[in-house]
Amino acid sequence: MSLTHLDRLEAESIHILREVAAEAGKPVMLYSIGKDSAVMLHLAKKAFHPSPPPFPLMHVDTTWKFRAMYELRDRAAAEAGMELIVHRNPDAERQGINPFDHGSLHTDMWKTEGLKQALDKYGFDAAFGGARRDEEKSRAKERVFSFRSANHRWDPKNQRPELWRLYNARKAKGESIRVFPISNWTELDIWQYIRREGIEIVPLYFAAPRPTVERDGLILMVDDERFPLREGEVPVERSIRFRTLGCYPLTGAVESDAATLTDVIQEMLLTTTSERQGRAIDHDQAASMEKKKQEGYF
Amino acid sequence: MIDPAYATDALIAEDIEAYLAGHEAKSMLRFITCGSVDDGKSTLIGRLLYDSKMIFEDQLASLTADSKAVGTRGGEIDFALLVDGLAAEREQGITIDVAYRFFATEKRKFIVADTPGHEQYTRNMVTGASTADLAVILIDARKGVLTQTRRHSTLVHLLGIRQIVLAVNKMDLVDYDQGAFDAIVADYRGFAQAIGIEDFTAIPISGVAGDNITGASANTPWYAGPSLIGHLEEVPVEADRLAAAPFRMAVQWVNRPNLDFRGFSGLIASGRVRPGDAVRVLPSGKTSSIERIVTMGGDLDEAVAGQSVTITLADEIDCSRGDVICAADMPLEVADQFEATLVWMAEESMFPGRPYLMKISAVTVPASITEPKYEIDVNTQAHLPSKCLGLNAIGVVNLSTDRAIPFAPYAESADLGGFILIDRLTNATVGAGMIHFALRRAHNIHWQAIDIDREAHARQKNQRPRLLWFTGLSGSGKSTIANLVEKKLHALGRHSFLLDGDNVRHGLNRDLGFTDADRVENIRRVGEVAKLMTDAGLIVLTAFISPFRAEREMVRRMLPEGEFVEIFIDTPLEVAEARDVKGLYAKARAGKLANFTGIDSPYEAPETPDIRIDTTRMSPEDAAEAIVDNVLDAWSPVI
Repeated sequence: MSLTHLDRLEAESIHILREVAAEAGKPVMLYSIGKDSAVMLHLAKKAFHPSPPPFPLMHVDTTWKFRAMYELRDRAAAEAGMELIVHRNPDAERQGINPFDHGSLHTDMWKTEGLKQALDKYGFDAAFGGARRDEEKSRAKERVFSFRSANHRWDPKNQRPELWRLYNARKAKGESIRVFPISNWTELDIWQYIRREGIEIVPLYFAAPRPTVERDGLILMVDDERFPLREGEVPVERSIRFRTLGCYPLTGAVESDAATLTDVIQEMLLTTTSERQGRAIDHDQAASMEKKKQEGYF
Repeated sequence: MIDPAYATDALIAEDIEAYLAGHEAKSMLRFITCGSVDDGKSTLIGRLLYDSKMIFEDQLASLTADSKAVGTRGGEIDFALLVDGLAAEREQGITIDVAYRFFATEKRKFIVADTPGHEQYTRNMVTGASTADLAVILIDARKGVLTQTRRHSTLVHLLGIRQIVLAVNKMDLVDYDQGAFDAIVADYRGFAQAIGIEDFTAIPISGVAGDNITGASANTPWYAGPSLIGHLEEVPVEADRLAAAPFRMAVQWVNRPNLDFRGFSGLIASGRVRPGDAVRVLPSGKTSSIERIVTMGGDLDEAVAGQSVTITLADEIDCSRGDVICAADMPLEVADQFEATLVWMAEESMFPGRPYLMKISAVTVPASITEPKYEIDVNTQAHLPSKCLGLNAIGVVNLSTDRAIPFAPYAESADLGGFILIDRLTNATVGAGMIHFALRRAHNIHWQAIDIDREAHARQKNQRPRLLWFTGLSGSGKSTIANLVEKKLHALGRHSFLLDGDNVRHGLNRDLGFTDADRVENIRRVGEVAKLMTDAGLIVLTAFISPFRAEREMVRRMLPEGEFVEIFIDTPLEVAEARDVKGLYAKARAGKLANFTGIDSPYEAPETPDIRIDTTRMSPEDAAEAIVDNVLDAWSPVI
């Protein structure tokens, strides 16, 4: 019996999850409801079986996720036997921050600030995130255990060396760690693992006829009545699916007929654009993700 | 544009199920690329990603734009730009960290650790090499074997990588000349044998032109060996070698959902395990047998090296995080003193005697370097005498741990023989080491049990032992005040002893100088002597500059909680220098006295001393009175 690449990736991720559970004071798993989160949650269930994972799930909500995401979120947490914490930035809520009127302030306040607030509020000292190194150039260099100062800043020049399977989880009071258990997975690995393990994901990953408008080169889905149509815009039914999921007004769809997992993988293998292309955040400039991360974005 | 080796689109389009079945069965190889920017390392990795279709159109568009803006290839696609991740690096045009890249071929998934080649980044290379099954050592065909080639090979060999590829790059720039290639290979072979590398595979390539990367190049008809990818797809992976070794698993987590279930979770470091196998738990040495191998998908009949599992044992024996479960007839060694290779990774040097935390498998234990043996010059492989190791230095040392731990020599198991050292104050990872073997004397020296214990000694003197640790700059007034304190204690009938810095250096520590390393050892010895004296029931006073926080903390930890009292004689440098009782500051300023604290050697003031004396506001007499009051108030003086 020789281990396949998925076996080895799974073993590595489980090892990381257990290491944090053993060494951190108060860990939490950040859950974004996307496919990467789904895989991370599944790995956590496997790592601690027959116990439930010994930490809560936390969703830093922006109130602008797709409706289908909210439906899966509550069910997934209950099935894993884990407490679900939902945090919404009260300042953003009060000011009615939204992606249509506020541009990048939407991401800053709901996600970056919201996450810092939530970590401080509950005193979590370690937070699992589902980021992968193949997503983006600055992610390729981030450690599995990534340290944040007491004010949540990341210093890319002062990262701890990570050797073998030895993770140094020690930190001073007030400091915290972001831990990325699926750092070494690629998009294809994620899809193959979802297929192998039969993991439930949001149906939006599969093609279906959905109401859409085309705007600034992105196909956007009109997910609810809050979507302000511009003059002359009429929602058009298109067969679409999503390669990543975020806030629906910021997430571009692709036209597709891939209605099953196998179809999706096939389409992914034959496609010629990277998955982050549908995200507005990366287009600003080459180093935008690195800057956002230094400021505390996950 | 796509090389045939990756041309899978047809299969994907026609029979996706067959393709996926094949892809799921792929194995995984992790490798490291070693070389400098000039050797074309980033270009080679960019080429591997590009050829394996890991580059999408949108990335290609931004790459093309970047190539025109900042590329070094005159507007042609500059593959190096694909992999230089952080903004600082893009500006400087060098890679300064470890980046991980991913690509897959028909047979394997690959994880590439891309690390910088310059000497000041040794720690990054060591980090990247620690998880690699194979190393690709790049050589510029025009330059041949260089100092840095030798350095990279030495490091790769130290980290125990068994598979080495010598990629002679830029063959296009030497007209694909076989003579040039053969000469480099012969040169390298001589060096490799000298440092103990048993075997390597040499391949002539061009990262820019793509020769011998994925298939045989028409430009090198004289070369009959495999292409780089062809070779990477075929070499055995480390995990398969480990599967054939005896069963060993460090316990990471004890899984206890209810009283009826007690599982031990961990990643199998080596070997195989089946229900019924006899096992031994170390360090306790207790034996049992495997009951079940539990997974969410049902119990397993067998598990193998590299898998993360949860096992239950047939007997209720003690076993917790950090213990190692191993084959009963092939147990690990357990020891508390080791010889190891140590790579130093912090700006602040390693000092013998200073206490660090050692993390090995799932154990974290206090440890210190007892004897630095020599430093290795990674360029010449020469052994240099050295007492301490600076950033990026590599040495062989003896070290000891506070308690005995199970381990395997690194050469047998990286998981059970590789360790990191952690700074106790900053929590930074400051060093990485590889255990060679346990030192014999660890087996033979045992603690002698003594009937008249420290309690008995203290009771006889009718006092609580204390260590009053005076710290401060030279000339701050430590000795003067300590002397007055002792006189007062003596007058009150207390049993005390004053250890003075200058006096101790005339005897016990006459062999030590004033380098940072010697200062650490000076304090360690004084700490040990003071500890023996408190064991004897005395109130010990010490007056040493003791400039480093870490050593004062070390002494505090040697004693029972509350017995160490840090007294900071706070005299500003200007004041101490103006007093200059012994004329030492004048000498230091004149350059006649090196390593003088406050002048060219740092003083790390206590952040939260137990007592602080400001000598600019208080006379020595008043200070002594205040200390004695504080001391006698704070403790009930009589048992």
